[in-house]
Amino acid sequence: MKIDFTHHQSAHCENGVVSNLMKHNGFTVSEPMVFGIGSGLLYCYIPFLMVNHAPAITYRAMPGFIFNRFAKRVGVKFKREKFKNPIVAKTALDKNLERNNPVGLQVGVYNLTYFPDEYRFHFNAHNMVVYGKEGDTYFISDPVMEEVTTLSAKELEKVRFAKGAFAPKGHMYYPIKFPAELRLEEAIVKGIKHTCRDMLAPVPYVGVKGERTIAKLIRKWPKKKGAKTTNHYLGQLVRMQEEIGTGGGGFRYIYAAFLQEAGKLLNNEELIVLSGEMTIIGDLWRDFAVDASRIYRNRSVNVEIDVYDDVASQLELIADKEEVFFKKLKKAV
Amino acid sequence: MKKSEVPQDKSNLESVNLRELCYAVDENGEYTTEHTTGWDPKTIALNNAMDDIKERVAIAKKKVLANETSPIEYYMELHKMDVSVLASYMGIWKWRVKKHFKPAVFKRLSSRTLQKYADTFDISVEELKHIDI
Repeated sequence: MKIDFTHHQSAHCENGVVSNLMKHNGFTVSEPMVFGIGSGLLYCYIPFLMVNHAPAITYRAMPGFIFNRFAKRVGVKFKREKFKNPIVAKTALDKNLERNNPVGLQVGVYNLTYFPDEYRFHFNAHNMVVYGKEGDTYFISDPVMEEVTTLSAKELEKVRFAKGAFAPKGHMYYPIKFPAELRLEEAIVKGIKHTCRDMLAPVPYVGVKGERTIAKLIRKWPKKKGAKTTNHYLGQLVRMQEEIGTGGGGFRYIYAAFLQEAGKLLNNEELIVLSGEMTIIGDLWRDFAVDASRIYRNRSVNVEIDVYDDVASQLELIADKEEVFFKKLKKAV
Repeated sequence: MKKSEVPQDKSNLESVNLRELCYAVDENGEYTTEHTTGWDPKTIALNNAMDDIKERVAIAKKKVLANETSPIEYYMELHKMDVSVLASYMGIWKWRVKKHFKPAVFKRLSSRTLQKYADTFDISVEELKHIDI
């Protein structure tokens, strides 16, 4: 049986699943809107944690946060279930499908066979919608894919019960209660204020201060760790920034799209102007990635120290621009 | 980024018929989406990360053949895992996994533990014991 579910490709999985499930239930909410209201934009350096043997830096809120904040701010209630036993998890999923209810699932990426090999890491916070089942085959709408796909029951169990950090434990969710009328205005203001607070947080690891910390580290690494490790770290920085789902430029463009849409909805001319400024900041992030890639193109070749200083200065410039930007944005709503 | 500037570089996405979605501005300054086939700075970063893993696998293989570590470490690297991910799949503490890296300890492992490692790596116990099969 197959539920009549329309698949829309999105840049990022979490926004995409929320947006697609909302659309399925008759509420048109775009992906940038979900991202903005859920305060998805962030910069955060997580000290001491190593991912793939390099420092962990994230350009977005923790997995699940965008989702929770969005639901709370627009007044949609989601039911969430986690399971210990894969068989119980499967039965619960099948029951929902029988009731014509497409559900969102949190899964691990490593065993998703339809991804190219270099995307398959032990990352457990990917999201997808299951919208039907026929025999042993489940119909999957993975929002980052162009088209819908399928997984066998065994494959699905594997990704639902992936292990490691953020282990999904069969996590399944679907909306159960909607507001009579979707009112986005207030939710937008709340989302924007939250993002400004995060980005201007007085902590050296978060927001613009986090960007400055990383810039300092980029200057330090070549002397302390040598060229090979530094280049590996820089590659990791760019990978996080341009990973599948960032929509380019570490989510900055999605955020600009959100500001533009929000400006029109709230009749706030200033937000539209700020959207343009965010686009320019996104371009700066991409320039940073291009210059960093010139360094790590050769994995272990020694490069002049001042080349590293140069990309560090670029990052500091971005931090300065973003600081001014979010101070203005705070006042605009 | 303008819609016309969305990069269309060659990348491995092609091998699975996938194009990613990007947000970009059209000629009227309105935000819209555009597909991208890949972007060189990112492709290089991804390829470097893969080379890095291949290097780690090769080193682990050498160590196994020199009897400095057990095949578990080799298969761990092959599956892009680290000790904490593997421990989580095995449902045991990290220090126990590290202990199983010692060839002498590996030889004494119970068939149940070996089977569990083999299931985790999706291979047979024979393959687990002899990495060159």
